[in-house]
Amino acid sequence: MKHVWRSWPGRIGSVIIAGVVLLALLSLVWQPYDPNKITPREKWLPMSGAHWFGTDGGGKDLFTQVLVGSRTTLLVALFSVVIAGVVGLTFGILSAIAPRWLGEAIAHLIDVLIALPTLVLALVLVAALKGSLWTVSLAIGFGSGVILARVVRAEVERVMTNDYMLAADAAGSSTWRTVWRHIVPNIGSTVIVQLSLIAALAVLAEAALSYLGLTPVSTPSWGRMIQGLQQTVTVHPRAIIFPGLAVVLATLGFNLVGDGLRDAIDPRLRGRTADISPAFTSVVVVDDIARGHIAGAGHSAPGDGEGL
Amino acid sequence: MAFYLLRRLALLVLAVFIASVVIFVLLQLLPGDLAQVLGGTQASPTQVAELRRQLGLNRPLTSQYGSWIWKAMHGNFGTSPLNGTSVAGQLADKLTISGPLILASTVLSVIVAVPLGVIAAARHRKADGIALSAVSQLGIALPSFLVGLFLIIVFAVNWRMFPSQGFPLKGWSDPGRAVRSLVLQTFTLALAQGAVLMRFVRSATLDVLHQDYIRTARAKGMTRTQALFRHGLRNASLPIVSILGVQIASLIAGLVVIERTFNLAGVGQMLATDISARDLVKVQGTVLLIAVVVLLLGFLVDVAHLLLDPRLRARA
Amino acid sequence: MTLLEVSDLTVRIGETTVVDGVSFTIDGGERVGIIGESGSGKTLTALSIIGLAPDEAQITGSILLDGQELLGRSDRDLAVLRGDRVAMVFQNPLTSLNPVMKIGRQIAEPLRLHRGIGRNDAAAAALELCKRVGLPDPERAVNAYPHQLSGGQRQRVGIAIALACRPALLIADEPTTALDVTVQAEVLALLDALIVDQGTALLFITHDIALISQVARRLLVMRHGAIVERGDVADLIDRPEDPYTAALVTAARRTTLDDTDELVPSAAAGVAQPGREGVVRPGTDPGTAVPPDAHIDAEPGVGPAPREVDRGTAH
Repeated sequence: MKHVWRSWPGRIGSVIIAGVVLLALLSLVWQPYDPNKITPREKWLPMSGAHWFGTDGGGKDLFTQVLVGSRTTLLVALFSVVIAGVVGLTFGILSAIAPRWLGEAIAHLIDVLIALPTLVLALVLVAALKGSLWTVSLAIGFGSGVILARVVRAEVERVMTNDYMLAADAAGSSTWRTVWRHIVPNIGSTVIVQLSLIAALAVLAEAALSYLGLTPVSTPSWGRMIQGLQQTVTVHPRAIIFPGLAVVLATLGFNLVGDGLRDAIDPRLRGRTADISPAFTSVVVVDDIARGHIAGAGHSAPGDGEGL
Repeated sequence: MAFYLLRRLALLVLAVFIASVVIFVLLQLLPGDLAQVLGGTQASPTQVAELRRQLGLNRPLTSQYGSWIWKAMHGNFGTSPLNGTSVAGQLADKLTISGPLILASTVLSVIVAVPLGVIAAARHRKADGIALSAVSQLGIALPSFLVGLFLIIVFAVNWRMFPSQGFPLKGWSDPGRAVRSLVLQTFTLALAQGAVLMRFVRSATLDVLHQDYIRTARAKGMTRTQALFRHGLRNASLPIVSILGVQIASLIAGLVVIERTFNLAGVGQMLATDISARDLVKVQGTVLLIAVVVLLLGFLVDVAHLLLDPRLRARA
Repeated sequence: MTLLEVSDLTVRIGETTVVDGVSFTIDGGERVGIIGESGSGKTLTALSIIGLAPDEAQITGSILLDGQELLGRSDRDLAVLRGDRVAMVFQNPLTSLNPVMKIGRQIAEPLRLHRGIGRNDAAAAALELCKRVGLPDPERAVNAYPHQLSGGQRQRVGIAIALACRPALLIADEPTTALDVTVQAEVLALLDALIVDQGTALLFITHDIALISQVARRLLVMRHGAIVERGDVADLIDRPEDPYTAALVTAARRTTLDDTDELVPSAAAGVAQPGREGVVRPGTDPGTAVPPDAHIDAEPGVGPAPREVDRGTAH
């Protein structure tokens, strides 16, 4: 992880994420107030020593709600990343190393699944399976997983054309051994970068889904706080700043970590971006697309090493 | 080239078919089928069974799928069993709001984000380039509903320049009011999309700037800027066009959130409502329409690439 | 008459000094070669002259072209000279051409930039240039895209672009390295004929001593950013004084004579970043053939005085 420290985006991002993690851990042992206890007498209190962020229309302490909400955010981010990783690696590697007809069939299926916007998929799944953190994570993880699969496929194909792969093949190394020994380590850095960007996507997606009221009411969440505060936003705009800022910071943090990791692990890719869209629909990699073109053009020899 | 286009068209049809199957199967997962929803909690099991027979829900799934997709191909997305209206008609109705919104925010985000992305790349070592890049990074992290709420507070509540909610009942018969009630929504969507687009444009341009042919162009006697404009942009446009296709797709999804924030009765709002109401027929139709639009965009992107890139034309 | 005078040229990138106090001159119409392994600073020296060194490079010293200082000038100022007075042919002819622009337009661009000629004249000039560089079927070639041409044809296009404005100095950076051996000779012969015809001076950069003896008279041997030896090509090959030059010559002899002697240890390969120079033919990359104990401590820019013995090697 020390790679992250090599660049400013990485440093800022890790500090932010560390902060969110600390908040979540803190919430397990200390909560200044009951986040759900309604005290009408104390509604809309300003920021003070007793209520750091003030209170909402029900007199609930805003700081405690933000504190507890960080758990949900991190859990959904973690689950989504795990699911996306499993889906992306499985389908991506399979489509690249399976026999041609099967590989192309999987690749085509991936392309079709990408056409279903993640949010729409999430809506349907949440409706079908009842809103829980698992369902939300499943939808986000699967939606970004199929996109990751496309990236992984391109990466594996790149690795497979390398000479050492041909050598491993010639040496009669078994397929799974080859995958484990040669492919996984070589696509690892790309996948890690993608996963940190998917974590950012998950933060936004969870916020949006709970904002739409699709997560369980009992689960504390920044998105749900915003939904609740929206009704009175014209009268009390200040309150919405805190959960809003929390969502923005957490998203920014994961994105910056992704950027920092990419710069540090793979200087080759510096400047090229793997990015995430705010409506949490797609992680698409310019690099992936660009590489497709370059490969098509027979772009081959590297420039003179002295040039840079 | 004609062969390539035909092949690509065939793939498009295949993709639409697969998507429709996936959608159909996914929606079968919805707990509590239509008969139960219609019958309500009071309905006896025999009543539900009777309803199920009337709705054709006891036919085999393949037969249900077949009749759905056959009608859909003829523009008939069925009638909503909940309120008896034509799904296609309602979609068309909602599209008069969502369609212009998507179009306007796409155009706006392209106009703003493409030049800014190019500048951010051309000046990536300078303070202004870094600042632009940081702004786009921040824009990506801003949830669209927060941006929407902010715009409502500032422009609708404080300055009373635009309505904060909804769409005029008379619709487009009063164009002035209709446009005014979509301005904030357009900006919200465009900001979210523009931030991502700008980042892609920046990286695509940066990538191109490091190519050997830019060096050749400069060796011919061009300045950095001349080389970028005359040799870089067309090459950079290839990945940018790909991204644009995906961007418009994600815009459609963004509608669900933004239409909630602005209480706008568009396709996104309808989809969210239908899902909570378990209106299977409408959800199926809407999701299929979205998937077809997205797949069609992918097709158009490929055609655009064919026009922009002679290397592809040679192979096609 | 001195065309180019480089004195004490030093290029730093970050903490690393890539070019270290290089000085040399080129007269009008003269042919000079720079030889050195990958990472010796030869390409960066060339790029500094034409004002295309990477942004992060800090360049000091002096580069005089026609007596005018080039260092410290703005990109806009240098652009006026580039392609007109000084031109360059690059190593990789495929990536050096714009993949989405027709050959004719790319060739005519220097003329349009520096001579301000119109679209129709430019098209005619492009066709003329295609004929001059010997592109087969020139009428078709001007309307082709780079991917439709072979490697050798692409490099002919590169030469046509560089010589379009009849520059006083042509810098050729490994122009044949990426090409097939049979095509190399053709491209080299073309380059040779055209610069003789135009009276253009040549700065030829390569790692291949056999190649350089065909095009250049005077040779600069670079290593670790400094010139370690300089002189007449034939002389240097016959009587190399610097151990590094000797190693280059020996390595070249070995491969050309197909000597079966045991190979020279290749410990220097680590320094030389083998394989980053594009296509490297086994056995001829000098970077892999230098004995580890070839200790070089010559003062930068202070080699033996140039020996002007014309052995006619260039013709």
